[in-house]
Amino acid sequence: MPGENHPILETKDLNIAYGTLEAVRHINLSIPEKSITAIIGPSGCGKSTLLRAFNRMNEFIASVRTTGMVRFREQNIYETSVDVVSLRRAIGMVFQKPNPFPKTIFKNVAWGPRINGYPGSLQQRVEEALKKAALWDEVSDKLDQDGLSLSGGQQQRLCIARTIAMEPEVILMDEPCSALDPISTRRIEDLLFELKQRYTIVIVTHNMQQAARVSDHTAFMYQGELIEYGPTELIFTRPKVKQTEDYVTGKFG
Amino acid sequence: MFDTRKLEKNLKRRKLVGKVSLLVCVASTLFGIVLLGVLLIDIVRDGYAYLDSQFLTSFPSRFPARAGIKSALWGSTWLIGCTALFSIPVGVGASIYLEEFAARNWFTRFIQLNIANLAAVPSIVYGMLGLVIFVRWLNLERSVISGALTMSLLILPTIIIASQEALKAIPDSIRFAALALGSSRWQMVRDHILPSAFPGMMTGVILAMSRAIGETAPLIMIGALTYVAFVPERLSDPFTALPIQIFNWASRPQHEFHNIAAAGIIVLLLLLLTMNAVAILSRNHFEREQH
Ligand SMILES: Nc1ncnc2c1ncn2[C@@H]1O[C@H](COP(=O)(O)OP(=O)(O)O)[C@@H](O)[C@H]1O
Ligand SMILES: [Mg+2]
Repeated sequence: MPGENHPILETKDLNIAYGTLEAVRHINLSIPEKSITAIIGPSGCGKSTLLRAFNRMNEFIASVRTTGMVRFREQNIYETSVDVVSLRRAIGMVFQKPNPFPKTIFKNVAWGPRINGYPGSLQQRVEEALKKAALWDEVSDKLDQDGLSLSGGQQQRLCIARTIAMEPEVILMDEPCSALDPISTRRIEDLLFELKQRYTIVIVTHNMQQAARVSDHTAFMYQGELIEYGPTELIFTRPKVKQTEDYVTGKFG
Repeated sequence: MFDTRKLEKNLKRRKLVGKVSLLVCVASTLFGIVLLGVLLIDIVRDGYAYLDSQFLTSFPSRFPARAGIKSALWGSTWLIGCTALFSIPVGVGASIYLEEFAARNWFTRFIQLNIANLAAVPSIVYGMLGLVIFVRWLNLERSVISGALTMSLLILPTIIIASQEALKAIPDSIRFAALALGSSRWQMVRDHILPSAFPGMMTGVILAMSRAIGETAPLIMIGALTYVAFVPERLSDPFTALPIQIFNWASRPQHEFHNIAAAGIIVLLLLLLTMNAVAILSRNHFEREQH
């Protein structure tokens, strides 16, 4: 298995189906701690479905059926004894389209800690999170403005700050830059390098340059299956499977 | 390539069709407004002379000069107040359960279908239901509470459906954002869904209340009185309501009473307008406060 670090997330023969459509099949994947893992592959290959399996967000889709195992720190998260609310506290998620709450910037970040009974100063917590998300300098003087009044890139960093404020262990990101311009994208990519000091990041992207730039490991998926998984450098320079090579060199996708 | 001559001819025709459609739409709108205006003018002309403080503070009487609307005005106020008290919490609660918590299965689909059907049941049927359940079985008599419970049943489907629509209008991305932060469903609903859906829910409630205040048939059915010379003081008191009183006056032979009926209609309209204005103002206020 790739990675010097300890695996924090692991899947064993994971299958996810929407009704009769088997969107994700036989996935065995082990994600090392405090690193960035990219999931790449053509549209509809099951990247988002796999990502949502890590914090059980697939549960909100009525037709979904999950079999196999996902382990977070050795614990199978699909066991009935697992409290899904605390699981999601530990495994945060940033979505494809920035989705701040229609509330002030401050409330956007403070809400998570507050409902989870954070005992310290919310003010401080919000400031820290916004700093870690590289947004503080831009919003420090307008924390009481509506989060939706920010630009798309700022909104996405606000969503990252909101997630960071929970101090999760893992941050799942589903194409977080696909709705952003190149400059905002660049800022978020820079931010990812900062974040991986403290967090484990799993990022779905259909942008191969992005995967190559930011990630330590890359998983290539095709039609619901994991085709190849390894250190990013190897996947992009010396892939073992022909399909991977075709995809990363742009022959299809 | 397009044939430009044909295209031009075509374009002229399309513009003409556009203009005609616009005209038809404007005419339809005007038709409604003009009709409403004529109706209002007619009523105000008939009733204006009778609309004084004596009219508002007197009980009904055989003599047109002494007849007043006090008991009906108070009856309607009681009725609408209690109806709001019963129907809003139940209706909003049901909509939240159905939209945000209930699993989507045959049972909830069955309930949903029933609610939609109930919204289309004629009001007189609710009157019969109220008569049997509240007046007879529960022995609540022909009282304010019987009337308010019957009215609540009548408008519940409307409130539930309108509130559900308001909840459906909130994008799922907000729900997912909240849940992914490790919130319970209730925390998500309380802090993000309800504040956003509140204005839409208010609109539904306003419409439902407006309907309740104008309904006559179910009240007649459960036996609201037509002649009441006192103001209800508790839930178990008999009562009358504005539309009943108006109907009573309008069906008398003497011409003066027709004018008094018109004055009663003005009072009913003013009450309706006040109610809606208060609701809309508080909704707008809330919309601004929310952020
Ligand atoms: N909510 C859903 N209901 C039914 N099918 C879905 C749903 N979401 C995704 N799918 C299907 O599952 C497959 C994988 O989708 P997805 O995980 O979104 O792929 P990707 O993120 O790689 O584009 C696709 O065929 C898609 O049509
Ligand atoms: Mg996707």
